[in-house]
Amino acid sequence: MTLGKEEKTPAVTEDGGYLPGTHPDLPPPSSVHGPVHWIKVNLFGSVVDTALTLLAVYFLYSALTFLVGWMFINAAFTGESRNDCRAVADGACWAFIGNRLSLFIYGFYPEPERWRVDLSFVLLILAIVPVLYEDMPQRGKALTYSCLYPLIAAWLLVGGFGLEKVSTDQFGGLMLNVVIGVTGIAFSLPIGIVLALGRQSQLPIVRILCVSFIEIIRGVPLITLLFVAAVMLSYFVPPGTNFDLLVRMLIMVTLFASGYMAEVIRGGLQAIPNGQYEAADAMGLKYWQSMRLVVLPQALKISIPGIVNTFIALYKDTTLVIVIGRLDILGIGNSSLADTKWQGLSTEVYIFVALFFFFSCFSMSRYSLWLEKKLHTGH
Amino acid sequence: MSGVAHQASIKQVGTEPNFLIRLWRNKDTRSIILQILTMALLFAFLAYIINNAVLNLAVLGKTFSFDFLGFPASYDINQRLIEYTSQSTHFRAMLVGILNTALVAFFGIITATILGFLFGIIRLSNNWIASHIVYCIIEFTRNIPVLLHILLIHGIIVHVLPSPHQAHTLADSIFLSNRGLTIPDPIFGEGFSFTVIAFFAAIGIIIAFARWARKVREESGRIYPVFWISTGILFGLPFLVFLLSGSPLVWVVPELGRFNLKGGITMIPEFLALWLALSLYTSVFIAEIVRAGILAISKGQWEASQAVGLQRNRILHLVIIPQALRVIIPPLTSQYLNLTKNSSLAIAIGYMDIVATIGGISMMQTGKEMESMILVLSIYLCFSLVISAFMNWYNRRIKLVER
Repeated sequence: MTLGKEEKTPAVTEDGGYLPGTHPDLPPPSSVHGPVHWIKVNLFGSVVDTALTLLAVYFLYSALTFLVGWMFINAAFTGESRNDCRAVADGACWAFIGNRLSLFIYGFYPEPERWRVDLSFVLLILAIVPVLYEDMPQRGKALTYSCLYPLIAAWLLVGGFGLEKVSTDQFGGLMLNVVIGVTGIAFSLPIGIVLALGRQSQLPIVRILCVSFIEIIRGVPLITLLFVAAVMLSYFVPPGTNFDLLVRMLIMVTLFASGYMAEVIRGGLQAIPNGQYEAADAMGLKYWQSMRLVVLPQALKISIPGIVNTFIALYKDTTLVIVIGRLDILGIGNSSLADTKWQGLSTEVYIFVALFFFFSCFSMSRYSLWLEKKLHTGH
Repeated sequence: MSGVAHQASIKQVGTEPNFLIRLWRNKDTRSIILQILTMALLFAFLAYIINNAVLNLAVLGKTFSFDFLGFPASYDINQRLIEYTSQSTHFRAMLVGILNTALVAFFGIITATILGFLFGIIRLSNNWIASHIVYCIIEFTRNIPVLLHILLIHGIIVHVLPSPHQAHTLADSIFLSNRGLTIPDPIFGEGFSFTVIAFFAAIGIIIAFARWARKVREESGRIYPVFWISTGILFGLPFLVFLLSGSPLVWVVPELGRFNLKGGITMIPEFLALWLALSLYTSVFIAEIVRAGILAISKGQWEASQAVGLQRNRILHLVIIPQALRVIIPPLTSQYLNLTKNSSLAIAIGYMDIVATIGGISMMQTGKEMESMILVLSIYLCFSLVISAFMNWYNRRIKLVER
C-alpha cells in the first residue's frame, strides 16, 4: 500500500497545486501531537487540571526537598550514639540502624547459631520456586521437598537431634515475621482448601459448620485471636501440659489465615465452569478423585494471585505480635528506642521498618499482578 | 479387559453386599451418615476442650462467671464519652471501650470514604502528574503495616509537635500540640432545639424533593440541579432558623493555662493518631476499589450516553456512578469491616478501646481471661454483623431501585 503511494510522482498542476488525491501526507499539526500537545491535554486540560498540576508540583517539590535533605544530605551514617549523630548533622541518624542491624534481622537468636537462620532462609527460597514455576523440570519431586520444608526449617531453627536447642523466646526480628508468615500460609492452604470445599458441599451440616467458622474468623480482629493464643488457649489442653507461646500463636495465625484462604480458594472454585464438574462426574470419578484430578488443579492455579495477596496481608499483620510482647522487626525497633544512648529516634526506626516492608510487599504485589495478567491471557 | 470387569460386576451383584455397605453406597443415606459423623466429631472435640477448660479452672481455683462485670474497675480511662470514674464497674469500663471503638470507627469510615473517593477519582483523571503522585501515595501506604502507620503518626504527634505553649494555632481557636488537637467547645443556648428540628426538617424536604425531581425526570426528562438545591436547603434552612431564633450558640474558645490549654474539646493524641492512620490506610484500598468500579463500566456505556447527547457530568451522575456503585459497594463493606477490626490496634498506643479495657486491664486485674475474651470476640462479631447487615440492605436497595 505505502509503496504504491510513494511510487506515484506527485502530479503538479499549472498553478503549483496538486491534483486531487495526489497530495503527499503531511505530519499532523503540532497542536494535536508531540510533547506540547501532551502537556496541554494531560497537565493543563482545564482550570481544575491546571490548579491540580500546580498544587501537585508544589507538593512534590516541597516533599522531595524535605525528604532528600532529611534522609540523605543532612543525615549521619556513622556514630556510636545519638549525640555523635547530632554533632555531625541534624537530619536522620542512620547510624542507629546500622548499629543494630543484626538485632533487626535475627532478634535474640544466639550469635554462633545464626547460620541456621540463614540456611533455612536459603532453603525457603528453594522451596518456593517449584510452587510458583510450573514449567520446572522434575516439579513433582521438588514439590515433595516444598511440603517437607516446614519440618526441615522447624528442626533447623529450634534444634534438637544433633543441633543445639534454641528456645523460641529468642526468636525475634525479621526472622520472627518470616516464620509466622510462612507457617501461617503453608498450613492455612490445606485447611483453606478443606473449608472452601466444605462451604460448597451438598451436606447442609458440613456447609453450615464451614460457613460459620469462616465468618467468625473473618469477623474478629487478628489481635483478639493473638490474645486468645496468649491467655486462653492453654485452658483447652489437659491440665499440666504446657505448650510453647510461639506454637500457640502459630495455631491462631494459621486459623486466621485459613479463613481468608478459604474465601480465596472459593473464588477459584467458582471460576471453574460447571462443565468441568459435570465432565468429571461423567467420567465416573468419585468426589475426591474429581476434586483432586480435575477441579482443584485448575482452581488453585487461578487462585495463586489471591494466595499471594493473602500472604502479603498476613506478612504485614505479623507485626501485631508486639501486642503480646513478642519482638518482631517492629518490636525490636520499638524497644531499641528505650536505649538512653539512642533516645528520640522513633521516626528513623519507623521509616526504616516501613521501607523494608514497602520493598518486600511491593515486589510481591507486582509479582501477583504479573501473574494475574499472565493467567488472564492464558485462556 | 471389559469382559473381566463385566464378570466382576456380575459377581458383586450376585453376592448381595451386607446392609451397612448398602447404606454406604446409597447416596442419601451416605450423606446422612457423613453428617452424623461430622456432628459427633465436633461434639467430641467440644466436649474434650470444655472438659479440659473445667479441669484447668478447677486446678487454678477459678470459676466461670460474669460476676466480675459488677465489681469496681479502679482504673482510669483517658477518653470517655459517658460518665466514668475509677469507682465505676468493669461493665461501665467495657461500655466506655465499646463507645471509643465505635467513635474511632465512625469517624474513620467517614474520612476514609471521602479520602478514598478523592484518591480514586484523581487516580483516574487525565492529569498525569496528579494521578501518578496519588499512585505513589497508594502504593506506599498499602504496603506498610497499619500498626506502623499508627505508631509513626503517634510518634510524630507526641515527639515532634510542640508543647501547648508553642502550639500551632489557627485563628487562635484551634490548637495543635503534643497534647492533641483542641477545638472550641460549642455551648448550646435555649432555643437551639429549633435549629436541630430545622435540620431534620431540611433532610426530610431534601428526600421528598429528590423523589419528586426523579419522578419529573423519568416522566418528562426535565432535570433539576438536585445536588445544589439540596445543599442549599440542608445548610440554608437551619441557618435561617438559627438566625431567627437569636443565634443561641456560644463557642468556648480554648485558652492557654499555666500548663495546658483550658476549655474547648481536646482530641487526645491517641485518638488522632488512630483516626488519621486508619483513615489513610483504609482510604487507599477504597481508592483502588473506586477506580476498579468505574473502570468496570464498559466503554459502550460512555459512548452510548454521549450518543444520546448527555454532558459529561450527567453521564457520570445518571449512567456511570449508579452502575459503578453496584461494583463498589460489596468490597467497600469489607473495607469498613477491616477498619473497625483494625481499630483494635489502639492498644499499641494506649487508646482505651474494647480490647484495651475489658480485654486488657480488666482481664489482667480480675484474671477472668476466658470470660473477657469471649466478651471481646462477641462484641467484634456484633460490630461486623451490624455493618454487613446495613451494607447488605443498602446494596439491595440500590439494586432494586436502579433495575
